[in-house]
Amino acid sequence: MTCGCLGRIPQDWCCRHERARGFQPRAFIGRSAVKRAFTVIPYIWLLALFLVPFLIVLKISFSDIAIAIPPYTPTLELSEGWQGVRNFFGGLDFENFVFLTSDDLYWKAYLSSLQIAVVSTLITLAVGLPIAYAMARARDDWRPALLMLVILPFWTSFLIRVYAWMGILSNEGLLNQFLIWSGFITEPLVILNTNVAVYIGIVYTYLPFMILPIYASLERMDPSYVEAAEDLGCSRLSAFWIVTLPLARPGVIAGCFLVFIPAVGEFVIPSLLGGSSTLMIGKVLWEEFFSNRDWPVASAVAIILLLILVIPIILFQRQEVASRETEG
Amino acid sequence: MNEPFAPWTDETATPLIRIEQVTKRFGDFTAIDDLSIDIFPREFFALLGPSGCGKTTLMRMLAGFETPSAGRVTIDGQDMGGVAPNRRPVNMMFQSYALFPHLTVWDNVGFGLKREGMAKDKLAACVDEMLKLTQLDALARRKPHQLSGGQRQRVALARSLAKAPKLLLLDEPLGALDKKLRQETQFELMDIQERTGTTFVIVTHDQEEAMTVASRVAVMNHGKLVQVDPPDQIYEQPNSVYVADFIGDVNLIPGRATQVGDMAELAWAEGQGTLLGQPGGGVKADTAASFAIRPEKIAIGREMPEARNRVQGKIIDIGYLGNLSTYHVKLPEGPVMTCEVGNRSRLSRRELTWEDDVWLSWSDTAGLVLPT
Ligand SMILES: Nc1ncnc2c1ncn2[C@@H]1O[C@H](COP(=O)(O)OP(=O)(O)OP(=O)(O)O)[C@@H](O)[C@H]1O
Ligand SMILES: [Mg+2]
Repeated sequence: MTCGCLGRIPQDWCCRHERARGFQPRAFIGRSAVKRAFTVIPYIWLLALFLVPFLIVLKISFSDIAIAIPPYTPTLELSEGWQGVRNFFGGLDFENFVFLTSDDLYWKAYLSSLQIAVVSTLITLAVGLPIAYAMARARDDWRPALLMLVILPFWTSFLIRVYAWMGILSNEGLLNQFLIWSGFITEPLVILNTNVAVYIGIVYTYLPFMILPIYASLERMDPSYVEAAEDLGCSRLSAFWIVTLPLARPGVIAGCFLVFIPAVGEFVIPSLLGGSSTLMIGKVLWEEFFSNRDWPVASAVAIILLLILVIPIILFQRQEVASRETEG
Repeated sequence: MNEPFAPWTDETATPLIRIEQVTKRFGDFTAIDDLSIDIFPREFFALLGPSGCGKTTLMRMLAGFETPSAGRVTIDGQDMGGVAPNRRPVNMMFQSYALFPHLTVWDNVGFGLKREGMAKDKLAACVDEMLKLTQLDALARRKPHQLSGGQRQRVALARSLAKAPKLLLLDEPLGALDKKLRQETQFELMDIQERTGTTFVIVTHDQEEAMTVASRVAVMNHGKLVQVDPPDQIYEQPNSVYVADFIGDVNLIPGRATQVGDMAELAWAEGQGTLLGQPGGGVKADTAASFAIRPEKIAIGREMPEARNRVQGKIIDIGYLGNLSTYHVKLPEGPVMTCEVGNRSRLSRRELTWEDDVWLSWSDTAGLVLPT
């Protein structure tokens, strides 16, 4: 199962190759070696791009700050031999993690990040679900165009789009100008540099990640399920609640995680749109790294963030497996 | 005993379904073409026709999933124009089954009853009965993806039966079942109909099934009804070559109708006598026509028979089917005829073999002269 395509093509190739040379027995050895090489590649990829960086960050989080390059200690001095290794491990401790508990800034930032992420995920869901539903119900020949519109924002830089929101939301911005012009308000609304602006920014930025998986699950859904529900006595609305939504659940859950997970660690949006009172762990992390140059504490913050996110990620994967099973 | 069930011959009977000049177009394709039919309460109405002739479309209009482009559908005296599917006294079994994948077999079957707001214990009893009927009791806790094709079909059937609607639409309900289970289920369907008085409209590709269960059979082609009649009449009195050919096996001899009265004559080849049969399908004298004769109505023998309808030919093929044998006989100036002979017939008949010159004959009333 794991080696569907990857495994088969080189196998065939290998067999033909060896047979042509008349080495039947060796074909077997060659085949399994090639196969193994192919199955190992993804693991190497994961190891090099995920596990190794993680271990480096983990190591830094156990280190102490130092005025040096790199700005922490200890570093592994292999030239000193065994003593070097002992010094290295002896210099590691949990100080930074203890420090995180001593200042209530950190746990407040975690909590506030989680809260902002949860609220904006829910708002994104509330906005994205109807859009995805409308897209899935749209005429066949319109769907590619609608899909295009959802993806279109990705063609410009994320940063530029967030800056654009500053122009829209500021006191003299487009929104306030419009509202004053149309007579709804006389004094400009203060939106920029508040949590409201952060919510707007996150919802706007991550909306496609909510829409796309929900749309995918709605679009491939057999319309006869809804018809069967209506036939058995459901109104349009109840058929939606009882049949459509439960069947779209994998898409909804995928969308929620795709919004929630990056939103927790979001840094650009709170620093550009949020105010001084907006507390998010991504911002704290950035400040530790670049303002304080305290890499060890920053790494500790990142490790805790990772641990917090691992739980929903595992839940997400469980859900994926379960939904794949029911689809047969 | 009581009279045979034939409300369509009774002018005072009120139909349950009236389909009046209904047309359904998809873009510029006409799926149903100016179709009118009355279906009566307690009928078992079978729709038969080639793939794509509009059977499902007709059913979907009755269920309310398609609106007619023109014409009117009335169910139980109520005009169905603008009536939503959930407000119709109709349940449908979908050709694709459409079982809810997130619900168990039990919940699928109970879905409609639960929507109705039926009390819990009554609902449970109903569902259990349905599951027993369709032999699904052991699978009640499974999800649809854990079932075989035939089991899914039975769940779909049980689900549509559960609400005991006035009108039940079954789109190929038994196609995926093995022969034994199919026959049992056919019997159950007829039994359910007896008990509940439900009217059934059933689509099937299986002629035998249509013949077994149906009070009337409708043969469709290109969105039109070609013939609607009880099974025996459909078989014995097809109104067109199309129906004769579609239902069962038939030999068709092309020619010209020479005389049409109580009986009709067909000239089919130079120097051969005419064939005599019943006129059908409004055949007119002096028009192109075909003589239709069923294989089992033909007698075969070496000696020239006394019968008026007789043709001579050569045996080109013999098929042995156990209970009967089929002979393929090539007429010198006509088509290859198929004739079926029961194998308990006289010994001399079995002596027929390949390349033998034989006579085929049949009685005056056995065949039909139909317009081509
Ligand atoms: N939504 C639709 N849009 C366009 N054409 C359609 C649509 N639904 C059905 N048709 C066409 O209408 C015709 C009749 O379809 P229908 O499903 O009624 O056939 P059927 O008689 O049930 O065939 P089968 O025996 O294969 O189930 C077909 O040619 C089909 O392509
Ligand atoms: Mg069909």
